[in-house]
Amino acid sequence: MIVLIARRFILALITLLLISIIIFLGVEALPGDAADAYLGQSATPESLRALREEFGLDTPAHQRYLNWLGDMLKGDLGDSMARRKPVSEVIGNQFRNTVVLAAAAAIVGIPLAIVLGVFAGLTRDKWPDILVSLVAILGMTLPGFVTATVLIYVFSIRLEWFPAIAMVPTDAPVIEILPNIFLPIITLTFIMVAHILRLVRTNMIEVLVSNYVQMARLKGVPAMRIVFLHALPNAMLPSINVIALTLAWLLGGVAIIETVFNYPGIGKLLINAIGDRDLALVQGIAIILAGIYIGVNLIADLLALVLNPRLRTSRGH
Amino acid sequence: MTVTTQAVEELSPVKRRTPLADTWENLRRSWGGMIGLTLIVFHVLLALSSPYIVPQDPQLMDAPARNEAPSTEHLFGTDKLGRDMFSRSLVGGRVALVVTMLGTALAMTWGGLTGILLGFLGGKTDEYVMRVVDALLAIPWLLVLLLIISILGTNPWVQTLTFGFTYGYTAIRVARAATLDYVTHEFVLAARARGERKRTIVLKELLPNVLDVLLVDGAMTWSWMLLGFSSLSFLGFGVTPPTPDWGFMIAKNREILAIQPWAVFGPAIMLSTLIIGINLFSDALAKALGLDRSQGAPV
Repeated sequence: MIVLIARRFILALITLLLISIIIFLGVEALPGDAADAYLGQSATPESLRALREEFGLDTPAHQRYLNWLGDMLKGDLGDSMARRKPVSEVIGNQFRNTVVLAAAAAIVGIPLAIVLGVFAGLTRDKWPDILVSLVAILGMTLPGFVTATVLIYVFSIRLEWFPAIAMVPTDAPVIEILPNIFLPIITLTFIMVAHILRLVRTNMIEVLVSNYVQMARLKGVPAMRIVFLHALPNAMLPSINVIALTLAWLLGGVAIIETVFNYPGIGKLLINAIGDRDLALVQGIAIILAGIYIGVNLIADLLALVLNPRLRTSRGH
Repeated sequence: MTVTTQAVEELSPVKRRTPLADTWENLRRSWGGMIGLTLIVFHVLLALSSPYIVPQDPQLMDAPARNEAPSTEHLFGTDKLGRDMFSRSLVGGRVALVVTMLGTALAMTWGGLTGILLGFLGGKTDEYVMRVVDALLAIPWLLVLLLIISILGTNPWVQTLTFGFTYGYTAIRVARAATLDYVTHEFVLAARARGERKRTIVLKELLPNVLDVLLVDGAMTWSWMLLGFSSLSFLGFGVTPPTPDWGFMIAKNREILAIQPWAVFGPAIMLSTLIIGINLFSDALAKALGLDRSQGAPV
């Protein structure tokens, strides 16, 4: 068990190291460098050369990679050239804003997805299931910006219930943010519920036809008890990994929803940073998002390991 | 020997069917599959014919007729520049369709073959390459696409390569996993024992067996790619204006959502019907081939 956990940890670290190399190379290949971003329009060949020397941009790439990696391990993500602030300072509040959005969607969405998934599984191929599954297909397939735009039209332009854009200062306290981001939360929740509920439904159907549920039925165990004590825990186990992936995806793919609602989160910041050629900022955000993805996956793996004794004996990969 | 087979064939009233005919038969019985296929065929035919059948020139700016509501003359109304939104919606998917179809073919070919080869080779090569694939998959897809597009530009052919490459590494995982089910089977061992070349084993023994998995994954990949393409286009990293494109049109016309919502709904309906069509079809295809897609990760 401990060997297994240690193995997962080491693999996650190796993957993270590889990611840092890929991200560094990718950002390195972008046309323009930090000196261009810093000087912008006022750049002259002399000033560019002087600045490159000052920032150490004239050193070879592998040297700069090692410096970046070393600084990062000390918690220093470098300086944002276009914004003239340390990257960690630029990211700070925007990252928190994204977490607020994603957390709100997850808190509403995960229980809702489980309830709807169980409900659909229990009424398999009858009209409640068909209705829920149809709506889920819409949530899964429609591009986020289409869903968001339709919701804006209905709830903000027609009904005038919620604001169409999230006009909040980047550093506003959470209490002030929440009333402004109902629509982005609803959009994100809709997409997330669709993904998770389909899986819960499939697993639920599989579990309901299994021998031990049949056995419980024959023994005369009440239906509710079967659903919640026998079927649900077993239907949830295989869902943990997908819930984790969905959460990680939410953080990465949330950029488009943040852009639609003009919400100052990390995804929108990333898109702006690529536009501004703010290389240190792009690298910083990328490594944070990838780190979260790896971390969430690791937690889900370990959770599945703890909850499912069978996984502990067979060697996982 | 010949006599017996003939006798059996004469006796059995059921005609021998090819696997393809079998799949088609299954597919035909599925409502979702037929709706999906109809939508896809509709969009492909539309992409081929739209420049010749549009009621008006999609680029024509009719300045007095700006932000007009839908009418018999302009079914979806007009945009801020007075262009006919119905015509623009009809032609707005052509680049997206070509780029994502070619991109999917490319992704499934290189990703599929690499995956089969890795599953077949196993060992250290497999382990090292899969680590890199895992690392690539952990980087948010939007970032990967934005980076490559920022480096290489938005020429449609370059975009085809970009999407083909980026979506190929999910295919590697799928093809590798499917191959692992077969590499221990006798027919592969026999081919190895016969001293067949690696290329022959991959192409003649393994590929035909994992083809069904790859087909279903290819349909899914197509829909993810279309989602990715239109998202980039929405963010302004897609087709270069003035070429009409659904994602970019939706982004631009959101400004007039309150006064002329059909300028957004038109392209949104077109894009959505295609994506939903592909998804319904790939679901039905998975069922028809006996592979149920339940474990789809939202990457």
